[in-house]
Amino acid sequence: MIRKKECVAMLLAGGQGSRLYLLTERTAKPAVSFGGKYRIIDFPLSNCINSGIDTVGVLTQYQPLALNEYIGNGQPWDLDRVLGGIMVLPPYQGSKRADWYKGTANAIYQNMNFIERYDPEYVVVLSGDHIYKMDYSEMVRRHKETQADCTIAVFHVTPEETSRFGIMSTDKEGRIVKFEEKPKQTDSTQASMGVYVFSKEKLFQYLEEDEHDPESENDFGRNIIPKMLAAGERMFAFPFSGYWKDVGTIQSLWEANMDLLGDRPALDLRDESWRIFSRNYAEPPHFIGANAVVGNSLVTEGCEIYGSVINSVISGDVVVEKGAVVKDSVILDGVRICEGAQVHYSILDADTTVGRGASVGCERKNASGLTLVGGGLAVPEGAVIPDGVRADGALIASLAHTREAV
Amino acid sequence: MSAVGIIFSNLHDKNIAELTRQRTMASVPFGCRYRLIDFTLSNMVNSGITHVGVITHYNYQSLMDHIGSGKDWDLARRSGGVQILPPYITAFSNSANFLYNTRLEALKSINSFITNCKEDYVVLSDCDVICNIDLSAILETHVRSGADATFIVKRSYLTKELKAPTVVMESDENGRLTGVEEYSGNKSGYADVSLNIWVTQRRFLEDSVLDAAAHGYDDFTNDVIKRNLYAYNFRVYPCSDYFASVHSLTDYYMCSMDLLDANVRRQLFDVKSRPIYTKIRNSPPTVYSREGIVKNSLVADGCLIEGTVENSILFRGVKVGKGTHIRNSILMQDTLTGENVYLNCVITDKDVVLRDGRVLSGHETMPFYIRKGSIV
Repeated sequence: MIRKKECVAMLLAGGQGSRLYLLTERTAKPAVSFGGKYRIIDFPLSNCINSGIDTVGVLTQYQPLALNEYIGNGQPWDLDRVLGGIMVLPPYQGSKRADWYKGTANAIYQNMNFIERYDPEYVVVLSGDHIYKMDYSEMVRRHKETQADCTIAVFHVTPEETSRFGIMSTDKEGRIVKFEEKPKQTDSTQASMGVYVFSKEKLFQYLEEDEHDPESENDFGRNIIPKMLAAGERMFAFPFSGYWKDVGTIQSLWEANMDLLGDRPALDLRDESWRIFSRNYAEPPHFIGANAVVGNSLVTEGCEIYGSVINSVISGDVVVEKGAVVKDSVILDGVRICEGAQVHYSILDADTTVGRGASVGCERKNASGLTLVGGGLAVPEGAVIPDGVRADGALIASLAHTREAV
Repeated sequence: MSAVGIIFSNLHDKNIAELTRQRTMASVPFGCRYRLIDFTLSNMVNSGITHVGVITHYNYQSLMDHIGSGKDWDLARRSGGVQILPPYITAFSNSANFLYNTRLEALKSINSFITNCKEDYVVLSDCDVICNIDLSAILETHVRSGADATFIVKRSYLTKELKAPTVVMESDENGRLTGVEEYSGNKSGYADVSLNIWVTQRRFLEDSVLDAAAHGYDDFTNDVIKRNLYAYNFRVYPCSDYFASVHSLTDYYMCSMDLLDANVRRQLFDVKSRPIYTKIRNSPPTVYSREGIVKNSLVADGCLIEGTVENSILFRGVKVGKGTHIRNSILMQDTLTGENVYLNCVITDKDVVLRDGRVLSGHETMPFYIRKGSIV
């Protein structure tokens, strides 16, 4: 027996996130680590459970192993339910056809039967690549009040940023009158956050139409929303004023991590009223050595810090040996930074080793770019990885080779 | 070879009356994020034991809260899993006191549990055994040697000052137990001390307990082991890994401080495929402010450190205010310190609040303990 649910959330987690380069080589973007002990997907999932939405379909496609393993039965988010709970929805083979998800709209289209099981009034469509804390129930309430067919969460961006987002223009009541995808020039500064509430009937109707349109790219932003708007459906913007960050690029991922630091962090993970849940592993507490210096940083379980860690976010099981310096950096799980090594203004992916006396990146200055070292790589002893470099296996191998030659 | 685990959660409560005022010995917080029972539970799980009974006596609400369904130890099982065995009145109960006082009485009270298990072997353990040992190797040795019971011992140096209720075991060169006595401070020097973890056949345990009940015995060491030293094949298994048990508040303090030693941490927490599990609390990472200075300390998640911390153990959710100086101390879960507080050799229980400017100091041999929920 399936009990009726008022709201079902569909989380789009199939994106490759190619602008995150090496970080998403082996994992889907929503499974990328963030903030020491979180993954990006923890934010929409925690938002769901904190908003009272306990039925979530997660649409996966690209490199789903790490993501599937991480989601598991949904227990960390209290989504291991007898009725509802979390369900991973990969593309599947039907009796007539088998398709990859062609676009965001098509992914939902292919899983209309999942939504139908719960016979919901509303479908909340979320994306798995944003860091924010948001009460979706407020948005659903507004959606009901305005008797909307679709409500789109928006936040204000500066006029310079408008070209990176879908921009909404609204009338006095908040009804959307115009939608422009990444406009070069526009009057409005209300950007879509990729959070939608649809009345189910309308959503299904448009998904069906869109599927039969051979011209369509089957994308929410590019196809569904413009079509609904053109047909004069009731579409409203829901302004959101809290913290929201698209972590689609290396730079923005680094910035979002840095937003956790400081006396009054822009994004507060310690807020008891809106907790962010994550899957925790059996790690011992972290140890800070007698000569260590740790300032303005986040450190989590399993770490051993003997060197200096300044303005950085350190994930689990990281070892910073004595004399090593980590500054302005984001260090993912299981990294070892050996004696005397220097890491500045960088992101080190999981299980990387930085050899003795090696140096990665350089002090953060206007001209310097963020450095990235791919997962599982070993930066050889004494090697230098200059700023702004995306160090992959080939580059590391060439460094090791050069050393041998010397 | 299948084994069931039995854990005694209350036996030594009186050793550290301060910490067990509102909880069992098993649920005494230890090492930033653990409870004492986590070590023996994890050892059992890591050795393939998936059915564990925890014998309780009183005050076991905190223990039930900690263990929950057992899922954090992977012990939420359809068959087996972890079971709390609450005290109940049985035909074996002493009419003067329905609840057990000794190990043997505890076993009598769970006779039906022992009888109904399907496993052939039993691993019995006290709850205050701080160690990471491979019980499956011990089980294997036990089975191979054909012993009736195998007791884990560790060579330790005993002094006359030691007032702990320690059981000393003597054995011959083949590992057969030849003598057992409760240490009474009569001599000093090296001796094999029982870790209070032992392995036996379930049938043997069942028979011994019934036999002891029939004779009105109530002391395990003297009535079961000592009386039958030559009638049965009792053996010892020497263990060389780190081991600590808690006999007093000072002991608790010393064991906790042992964790600041990298070698001890390696033996407890860094053993391949044998992690120590505990209840997940889902705290955010610990925040170190610009002013915070931390030296030689073990810190759990969820802390906020704005002051100075040296040689200390901080549990989850501890806040160290600006200008505050914490030295040689143990601050349990959600201890809040205001500004300019000074602590030295202090143990704060859960939810203690230290207002601005408080200065408290104990001594290594006599740590100053602050009761749960106190406001100083």
